[in-house]
Amino acid sequence: MFLETFLLAIREIRRNVLRSGLTTLGIVIGVAAVIAMVTLGGGAQEKVTKDIASLGRNLLIVIPGAEQRGPGSIGGTMFKLADALAIERSVSGIDAVAPSAAKTELAVYGNANWQTSVNGVTTAYFTAREWTVERGRAFDEGEERAGRMVCVIGATVARELFGTQDPVGTSIRLGRATCPVIGVLASKGQSSFGSDQDNLVVVPLDAFQRRIAGNEDVSVIYVSAHSDQGTTAVQHNITTLMRQRRHIPDGQSDDFRVQDMREIAKLVEGTTVILTALLGAIAAISLIVGGIGIMNIMLVSVTERTREIGIRLAIGALEREVLTQFLVEAAALSLLGGIIGISLGLGISAVAAPKLGVPFVFNPLIVFIAFVFSGAIGLVFGFFPARRAARLDPIEALRYE
Amino acid sequence: MTQAALSALISLRAVSKIYGEGEAEVRALDGIDLDIDDGEFVAVMGPSGSGKSTTMNILGCLDTPSAGHYYFRGVDVGALTRDQRALLRRNYLGFVFQGFNLLKRTTAFENVELPLIYRGVTKSARAPLVRKALDAVGLGNRERHTASELSGGQQQRVAIARAIVTDPALLLADEPTGNLDSQRSREIMELLVSLNRDRGITVALVTHEPDMAAYARRSVRFLDGHIEADDVHAGPGGA
Repeated sequence: MFLETFLLAIREIRRNVLRSGLTTLGIVIGVAAVIAMVTLGGGAQEKVTKDIASLGRNLLIVIPGAEQRGPGSIGGTMFKLADALAIERSVSGIDAVAPSAAKTELAVYGNANWQTSVNGVTTAYFTAREWTVERGRAFDEGEERAGRMVCVIGATVARELFGTQDPVGTSIRLGRATCPVIGVLASKGQSSFGSDQDNLVVVPLDAFQRRIAGNEDVSVIYVSAHSDQGTTAVQHNITTLMRQRRHIPDGQSDDFRVQDMREIAKLVEGTTVILTALLGAIAAISLIVGGIGIMNIMLVSVTERTREIGIRLAIGALEREVLTQFLVEAAALSLLGGIIGISLGLGISAVAAPKLGVPFVFNPLIVFIAFVFSGAIGLVFGFFPARRAARLDPIEALRYE
Repeated sequence: MTQAALSALISLRAVSKIYGEGEAEVRALDGIDLDIDDGEFVAVMGPSGSGKSTTMNILGCLDTPSAGHYYFRGVDVGALTRDQRALLRRNYLGFVFQGFNLLKRTTAFENVELPLIYRGVTKSARAPLVRKALDAVGLGNRERHTASELSGGQQQRVAIARAIVTDPALLLADEPTGNLDSQRSREIMELLVSLNRDRGITVALVTHEPDMAAYARRSVRFLDGHIEADDVHAGPGGA
């Protein structure tokens, strides 16, 4: 009997293809939106996690400037190389300390030029930020101490200045300085904040300070903690040390910050989760609106088919049989919408994911939930019309014009 | 319960049907007694508002009396629940309406099949029964036609096939010829007569046309909620 009812429902839906299509549209859009949101949101989250890892594991970033609302860092004098050496000497549980200074310069090679960030660093930088050199080599401590001007360039700079040519062995100009290229860094791609991590040129700190910056400032100190367990202690010890070195009296707030990348990662991940949940909620509301659409059409359908219901009741259909018939019809309709919506949502995700630069992460759980939920919506919103049909008075129903 | 009530197929005992209350009260039926035995062909006649349609609805277990008792094979229908009455209709009754009441955009075969589906007859067992019923009304070659592709007379034949496919104890026909011309009307009446005579199906026919009532062997005439006359005569289907 149930199979019969189901086939009957399918036949009824096929009899009114246009109306059935329009009815399910609400569910289709709702389900597609939910699937797309969750799939793309999941992708974005995975990307953020990967990006944070690409920044360097257990990384702490020490930057001058007090904690403040809004972007930028005002106030707080720059660090010096001595600050980095002091951290390396007196804070335990760290693998590498990499002082770094940066300046935006125009890099020129032949006719090509490209605006990039020139970073003065020590060899520890490659370890702390987990950079690998794809071609050529990184500079060594000898070159660093000697104050040699050599540069390792990022993948973007290599592409923009050299195209397919091998940059290693050539020389580029950075502002007024000329600099032989000794290596090319492996690409890290876009960061989760949208910046291109590969748009950089790395030179030894000493050479950078003398030839490019013209001062002895260090703007960032990267500290790589030994394990992710110890970051909080390391963070605390660095803070204490830097307060001493910068002569900050007790009770006065820091004029520098020690950021734990894991915390930033959590923050960004949290934002992504909230955003996904928010969009998901909006999509869920559209699902409910879709359900109301189904209820509406089922009520119209019940009214339109009053006579048919009268015939069925007169012939001897039980209340629950009429109820089942209309419930199954509503459920079949919204399940159909659900299936179309799932396909559409996955299709949208598959197309949009590469364009948004996030991976396509198939989430079978949400597909299953969407499927079950769409069927449930049909049952819930179909119940009222179905009950109305089942409770019709056969005499009235047969008389209905 | 009298002996007559037990032996007759249906028995109405002091049946009244009252609509509305107080000032607006309408007594559609006022203390009707009526027995119909197995194998009878009864015409229920009367002008509109006489109570014949109300009687038909009660006989068809679509409505219940306000007062009095309706026994179907000795069972008091008034004491049954809505679903129990539905089961009674399913298993013992067949309906033919003035407006045919076939399912639209549905084939003759599917229309006739419908009561069997509700009876829980398997698909393979249904097909021969449906074909037999369609053959009996002379539409064996029209089973794939939808209702809208059939003429009025043919639609009513399909409706009759649908009513008899379950071999009902009682066939209720409410103005079955009301929408048909005289030629088709005669054909439908002859069909009902032959079903009564050859298959022993009890027929209760509501009509206001004496021509049609003449096909029956007994006519019960209603007026203002009372039975005015109850005559047995020899119609074409009679002895």
